[in-house]
Amino acid sequence: MEGAVVLLDFWPSMFGMRTRIALAEKGIKYEYREEDLRNKSDLLLQMNPVHKKIPVLIHNGKPVCESLIQVQYIDEVWNDRAPLLPSDPYKRAIARFWADFVDKKIYDLGSKVWKTKGEEQETAKKEFIESLKLLEGELGDKAYFGGENLGFVDVALIPFYSWFYAYEKCGNFSIEAECPKLIAWAKRCMQKESVAKSLPDKEKVYEFVLHLKKVYGIE
Amino acid sequence: MENEEVILLDLWASPFGMRAKIALALKGINYEHRDEDLSNKSDLLLKTNPVHKKIPVLIHNGKPICESLIIVEYIDEIWPHKFPLLPLDPYQRASARFWADFVDKKIYGARNRKIRTAKGEEQEAAKEELIENLKLLEGELGNKAYFGGEHLGYVDVVLVPIYSWFYTNEKFGNFSFETECPKLIAWAKRCFEQESVCKSLPDQDKIYQHALQLMKRSGYE
Repeated sequence: MEGAVVLLDFWPSMFGMRTRIALAEKGIKYEYREEDLRNKSDLLLQMNPVHKKIPVLIHNGKPVCESLIQVQYIDEVWNDRAPLLPSDPYKRAIARFWADFVDKKIYDLGSKVWKTKGEEQETAKKEFIESLKLLEGELGDKAYFGGENLGFVDVALIPFYSWFYAYEKCGNFSIEAECPKLIAWAKRCMQKESVAKSLPDKEKVYEFVLHLKKVYGIE
Repeated sequence: MENEEVILLDLWASPFGMRAKIALALKGINYEHRDEDLSNKSDLLLKTNPVHKKIPVLIHNGKPICESLIIVEYIDEIWPHKFPLLPLDPYQRASARFWADFVDKKIYGARNRKIRTAKGEEQEAAKEELIENLKLLEGELGNKAYFGGEHLGYVDVVLVPIYSWFYTNEKFGNFSFETECPKLIAWAKRCFEQESVCKSLPDQDKIYQHALQLMKRSGYE
């Protein structure tokens, strides 16, 4: 279990945030290295030659890529504390299903909400809210998707909360009005130090989105 | 393990369904295979996969599991003793999951359909991209008999179903996989020597006929 842990990351990345939270939940000390994505480091290109993307988790010199794979790796190596995946295989399959759902729906639809306008944006907003409502259904009356404690799906989804303010400003809508249960869940997660310390300030994210819009030439 | 009820909702031509079939066959699990008509989805499919309404769905003692990679991991965890698919070491597991994810993103991805549906430059670009990505997989295979080492493993199960679609892509794209990726073809043929694989994969010509029908129905030339 011992050995150097390095995380190559980019501060607004929801994917990087997942790994940060998992490391914090397990109390693992690591070196955080901020990447400039317009000028990727040799280390990044060497450790993730296939996709050249962050986050990359480097443990004892060996790279693990893709955020959900990193979270599972962290859970399996440091398996003596704060379990993120359930021990029952069926419950594990359900957790993986919803984390996969977050990957398939929330990122793309959220991106469309801030990148598009007019009818395209309205459609994206509608589908985004529909997806969040499905997640609310899965949460049910539980405190967290993981039950009484943070679990795999919580870690997969909560990073997007730091982008909600930006989505709302760009899309001119209120996520809380549509999905109050989910926002209550998010605020509950934010009370955890591992989450609060891993998510950037929502205003900073909004500023970053405005900057991206300029760069991409989106009004 | 007696009195297990295992049902697989599937479509014979789906490479995603083939993954589940191979995993079940390798583990020697008896199950009921049900082919769905995707233009008229069964109540059971809609009930067990309300979110995506897609196949394959594995139903184990009445409980549904969806998404082929998740299904294969579940099968491996429920029946761990026969033919383990994922390695025990966490780093090797992460590596296997990485390459399975790569296969899903880059080999099975929507862009590869362009080899069949597009023409001219767009089709050429799609071909080139697929071959580049298959070569990356050849690199990962290296000198091993299988991605799993001396035996079939997770990545082998995830990737080998594309073999039944190779002939189709070659006909549409007018190229030869064997010329471009001989190591991978050799690997695929090696996998085929396993009964569990060759019994789970449909005939390449049947797939070609099926693809032609799909194209007609979608209005492509």
